Amino acid sequence: MSTTAETNVHDDHDVHHHKETFVTKYIFSQDHKMIAKQYLITGVIIMGIIGIMMSMMIRLQIAWPEQPNVLFEALLGKWAPGGVMDADIYLALVTIHGTIMVFFVLTAGLSGTFSNLLIPLQIGARDMASGFLNMVSYWLFFLSCVIMILSFFVEAGPAAAGWTIYPPLSALPMAQGGSGAGMTLWLVSMAIFIASSLLGSLNYIVTVLNLRAKGMSMTRLPLTIWAFFVTAIIGVISFPVLLSAALLLIMDRSFGTSFFLSDIFIQGEVLHYQGGSPVLFEHLFWFLGHPEVYIVLLPALGITSEIISTNSRKPIFGYRAMVASILAIAFLSTIVWGHHMFISGMNPFLGSVFTFTTLLIAIPSAVKAFNYITTLWKGNLQMNPAMLFSIGLVSTFITGGLTGIILGDSALDINLHDTYFVVAHFHLVMGISALYGVFAGVYHWFPRMFGRMMNKNLGYIHFWVTAICAYGVFFPMHFIGMAGLPRRYYTNSNFPLFDDTTNAQAVITVFALVAGAAQLVFLYNFVSSIFYGKKSEKNPWKSNTLEWTAPVKHIHGNWPGELPTVYRWPYDYSKPGHDEDYVPQNVPMKDGEEELQH
Amino acid sequence: MTTLLIFVIVLFVAVAMWQMVKIFDLAQVGASNSQIATDKDNRFNGYMMIGFLIFIYAITIASFVYLGDLPLTSNSASEHGPGIDNLMIISMVVIFFVQTVTQFLLHYFAYKYKGEKGRKALFYADNNTLEFIWTVIPVIVLAGLIISGLFTWNDIMNLDESEDPMVVELYAQQFNWKARYGGDDNVLGKANVRLIDIDKANILGVDEDDPNAQDDVIVTELHLPKGRPVLFKMRSQDVLHSAYMPHFRAQMNCVPGMVTQFAFTPTVTTSEMRQNPDMQEKVANINALRLERKVEIEASGQDLTYEFDYLLLCNKICGKSHYNMQMKIVVETQEEFDAWMKEQKTFGNSLN
Repeated sequence: MSTTAETNVHDDHDVHHHKETFVTKYIFSQDHKMIAKQYLITGVIIMGIIGIMMSMMIRLQIAWPEQPNVLFEALLGKWAPGGVMDADIYLALVTIHGTIMVFFVLTAGLSGTFSNLLIPLQIGARDMASGFLNMVSYWLFFLSCVIMILSFFVEAGPAAAGWTIYPPLSALPMAQGGSGAGMTLWLVSMAIFIASSLLGSLNYIVTVLNLRAKGMSMTRLPLTIWAFFVTAIIGVISFPVLLSAALLLIMDRSFGTSFFLSDIFIQGEVLHYQGGSPVLFEHLFWFLGHPEVYIVLLPALGITSEIISTNSRKPIFGYRAMVASILAIAFLSTIVWGHHMFISGMNPFLGSVFTFTTLLIAIPSAVKAFNYITTLWKGNLQMNPAMLFSIGLVSTFITGGLTGIILGDSALDINLHDTYFVVAHFHLVMGISALYGVFAGVYHWFPRMFGRMMNKNLGYIHFWVTAICAYGVFFPMHFIGMAGLPRRYYTNSNFPLFDDTTNAQAVITVFALVAGAAQLVFLYNFVSSIFYGKKSEKNPWKSNTLEWTAPVKHIHGNWPGELPTVYRWPYDYSKPGHDEDYVPQNVPMKDGEEELQH
Repeated sequence: MTTLLIFVIVLFVAVAMWQMVKIFDLAQVGASNSQIATDKDNRFNGYMMIGFLIFIYAITIASFVYLGDLPLTSNSASEHGPGIDNLMIISMVVIFFVQTVTQFLLHYFAYKYKGEKGRKALFYADNNTLEFIWTVIPVIVLAGLIISGLFTWNDIMNLDESEDPMVVELYAQQFNWKARYGGDDNVLGKANVRLIDIDKANILGVDEDDPNAQDDVIVTELHLPKGRPVLFKMRSQDVLHSAYMPHFRAQMNCVPGMVTQFAFTPTVTTSEMRQNPDMQEKVANINALRLERKVEIEASGQDLTYEFDYLLLCNKICGKSHYNMQMKIVVETQEEFDAWMKEQKTFGNSLN
């Protein structure tokens, strides 16, 4: 690793940096720790609040359709005349809720916060490979957030074609109000978002490969870093495909091309489009869309691995198997996209192929789940809020993952496709699981970010209310889906057939509202702890990884003086022969101590 | 003005909650100085884990008790339906078994090994045998599911032309459905949206010069004879739609510029299904619920009493009225079907 050694030598000068102004420190910062906080506040907190607020409105509408609601009147204005939500804005809320949660909160918010914070600190680097690109990446992300939110203020409303924006609905302004200026803004916002994401991902990959501290071989990397690293690779492979789909859609919308459109008669006239196919768009979209699930999930699993091991005071069970399953999931994730399209009209033979590859992905996922459970076995579990959220993640990951076995089976998908069963499945397995990963990460690394501790009792309340409500919302939802109720219906009142699901819908909404309110506890805890939290010690969780060897107070370059040298893997917890139940990575091996085969 | 008032109220509520949480927060300070879990916290959360495990089981059981009759896993109305239902039930049994066991292990371990000061965890980093076991078991189980799934899928999707299926076109537009029958020759006339001529009432763009098109029959209510295979050819004129017929376990997207297809054989007539005891119970239940909302339902102009009918629903987001894009399906005996068909106008006669 000659590059590692070289960079270590020459970037010592970073320590005595030129003087910082307010603008370079807090706004156009190139420091990875500040950028991580910027991502956290913008991506997770602000966009998260907006996304969750939307889901609350969606749930209120589903449970009590077409009822006047003062909340709608206040928040939606002209879209809720007399407080009754309009059908157009319902679809817009569904669309933007999906977009914000998947891309802004769980992709940019999650990776942006924790990859930025942890990659340099856990591999023992002064900063990201390119601080400047990192800054550009954040500000592009910020710009895309602003544009996405601005789309709520255009005349005909924001994009409303579902977060998958399938053409022709998304391509034709006459097909629905949201496909006008709102969709243009959606596409522009996403194009900028993808640019931001690619800059970030490239930076993560280069940093992990080149800037590891002395002794930090790939097999000594914490699983967080493995997860962030592989996530970045999947992002670089798949996001450009979505960008190309978005650009082609822009061409179809504005320049008269026919990539995705053909033979369309709408509002009394035949359009000129000929020869394109919406199925092509579906292929391009899901070539990103499915890996996207793992872009969301892998960092959360990486965070969980780290937290479960630390708080169990035990090495993570099967380190190599964990790395192998991350790699296997990453590879398989790029060849399963067709399971979103079993009934799209593609060749049924392809359906068989995609069923096969899809169910294969259950194997590495099962290995991960069993390894987590075994890590708990005979541990000495420290029930910090971060640990609770990690255990909660394993629980929802199992529950949500198992229903994937049903949906991945093309024959069963025929009758469940686009029903509430799908909604319940993906919310549990990627939505809730990844959110738990975010929460676990925030509770665990809050001291590292802000030098203060979050209140644990509020953390407990937050977890238990959220955990109960998450199951309360999504468990019964499977049954509604199996009854055949399609998703994205503004109201079911035109289908007496589904009247026996209405009570369950109301119960689900109550759970959802309580879960939403529980997030206020987190918000309070987060904000007040930044200012008034108990001052943190250097290594509050007695963790092995390098970020806890750096001083509490943030400095440019992370470590004063020399960078730490790594002598062991990150999971020497409760290792026989040591007095303490943890041995940080920068502690040299004792005489005769063996680096156990792991 | 009301908006402002509401914002002020919401603000007050938020501030009140903030203050309540803050009081709680301050009240805790004396109790424990540290924000790191103590033995007491470990014990409390350990017991909570067991409580949570019970909650997961309870909500599972409650869902089955209260919502268990919702899932469409029996009484399918098509020939391939029972195959899907069986596969669904087998898969459900497998995943409920795995769910019950793994959730137990997870939460039980979380309770059992809750931290205590002075105890040391077992340094246990690896065991190839164990990992081999839980790689191989999922492989075997999944292989079984994949194989039976693929057989079912191929069975449904590969149409046997020798069975002489009746050809029906399902035609989707924002926001309604039409169906077109091949007529006496059972061959659909050529069609393209460019041939749509509203003035002549040629709303599906059927080729007026095609001899096969003359006897085509276009309807807004889908009638199907019991026992005869039906080959659906789906078309859409504007955006993506999805023809979803849940009782027949059938669904296929309608894609503009392309003809998609799905075939099945209806096996239960509408009136037979109405006589089915399970269905009667479901309908009675729905009608009891509707009675509770009598005023609201009558105000909306719907019939208060619900009677069972098969439905074709749109299941791909297609615009503002996506939620109300449906068509009634009637399954009847061949004689009833023939009699109904005789009353319909052919395409040749329906043009202005």
